[in-house]
Amino acid sequence: MPEVFISELMRSLKSGKFTFTGELEPEKTTNLTRYVEAAKKIKDYVVACNVTDNPQSFAYISSLVASYIIQRDSGLETIYQITCRDRNRIAIFSDLLGAGALGIKNVLALTGDHTTLGDTPQAKPVFDLDSVQLIKMVRRIVDEGVDMNGRPIESPPKFFIGAGANPNANPIEPELIKFEKKVNAGADFFQTQVVFDIEKAKSFLKETSKYNVPVIIGIFPLKSYGVADYFDKNVPGVKVPKDLMDALAKASEISDKNLRRLKYDEINLNYFSSFIKELKKTTSAAGCHIMSVGYEEIIPPLVEASR
Amino acid sequence: MIITEQKSFEEILRMLEPFNRIFIIGCGECSTVVQTGGEEQVKRMAERLRSVGKEVVGAVVVETPCDARILRRDTRNLKDAIESSDAILCMTCGAGVQDIVEHLKKPSIPALDTKFLGIIEHIGEFYERCRACGECILYETGGICPIVRCPKGMLNGPCGGMYEGKCEVGGYKRDCAWILIYNRLKELGMLDIYRAYRPPRDNSRLNVQPREVIWVKT
Repeated sequence: MPEVFISELMRSLKSGKFTFTGELEPEKTTNLTRYVEAAKKIKDYVVACNVTDNPQSFAYISSLVASYIIQRDSGLETIYQITCRDRNRIAIFSDLLGAGALGIKNVLALTGDHTTLGDTPQAKPVFDLDSVQLIKMVRRIVDEGVDMNGRPIESPPKFFIGAGANPNANPIEPELIKFEKKVNAGADFFQTQVVFDIEKAKSFLKETSKYNVPVIIGIFPLKSYGVADYFDKNVPGVKVPKDLMDALAKASEISDKNLRRLKYDEINLNYFSSFIKELKKTTSAAGCHIMSVGYEEIIPPLVEASR
Repeated sequence: MIITEQKSFEEILRMLEPFNRIFIIGCGECSTVVQTGGEEQVKRMAERLRSVGKEVVGAVVVETPCDARILRRDTRNLKDAIESSDAILCMTCGAGVQDIVEHLKKPSIPALDTKFLGIIEHIGEFYERCRACGECILYETGGICPIVRCPKGMLNGPCGGMYEGKCEVGGYKRDCAWILIYNRLKELGMLDIYRAYRPPRDNSRLNVQPREVIWVKT
């Protein structure tokens, strides 16, 4: 039987082609124009684009609505991120049917950051399910066409099911076991947390290649020294390499705005294109997830430079 | 042990505002050990209330105010004083307060905040260890409870908020419960249990409030 491709992302990953995905983070707004425009800019360079679900527990526009509108208006396929933080299993199930009705093809099933980290720390943290249980729930919806209690869904949705992973985790063994649990629960693909250290990416891919599930490695181009510094200080477990940090610091001293911009872009292109080339050459990475939130313009030249 | 903390005296006075004649009940069990509602704390509370003009018509430390039988026994001889009071100030956990309300039929004011079910490392150092969730899985988790010690109640391992074995909640100071569980099970040679998938909890059994345990005679 010929394989049915649920989504373009699935088609690309199944073909074995090195696959790029992007990420958009719509914030506290009802106007998605700039995100649609950003999606249009990158659509010839990435296969699909994540739309975040209240990242870091900041209360933003619904990721389902944003995933739908961005996909509809830009023509770029979205990866609808869904977390367990704010919704119990009834609400999540209901949103998944809604996503199916709206033509969403990919979901990324995550646990979600804790409520206390965000801008509404007074909120009740839900976490009725964890990410592994959520993946299993979506798997059953797709494969068996049933809800969590086995009741049939009339016209069940089809999703290509994604999961998160963290190659930076220390200790790494529990993370690897969790990866295995996610595979067993039915994850079709993985997108990882941001990695700067190519060696961490390599060893993680080496450990996980036996499962034969595509792993897309997350990278984070750094728009400016300020962004890099913030990232370095505030994202635990992810250190910006010193040589990259130094180069960005030096670029930040350029007084001409345009020249400074060019230098920043050049540094990013150099660093990340060699990172991507190395991934392509020496690892089983299925692709690269470029989390250039607010810096989408780097994606086209970066993808070109990585060919 | 049920861990309690005394409310601020200002808050206690605000709650007692409509009342003048006060009867105080302490607790001979948990609140005595935790030093929030034992003999000494009850005595000090009586003095403080008197110093701001309240009339304290009586005080007693009931051995276990959350046990209706003991509550009745220990207050039997104090009926008149209780009857003459406007309100009872309860230096007990929330269960104690409600038992007092039910059986002594007086406005009852909580002097303590009930914090959690925990252990006492030293007096003044208490740690939550049980959420009384009604579905104990400690045998699968090396005796470390992920419901109470993981802020997300994860059941299948650490989340992405774990860093160097620490938890994202509270600024990476507390241990990640799932790393503790992993290390413990590894030590015990029980990693197979760790690898097993744990399904979502059945909240229909846990969240039907209020919970009751009633023995059925067989």
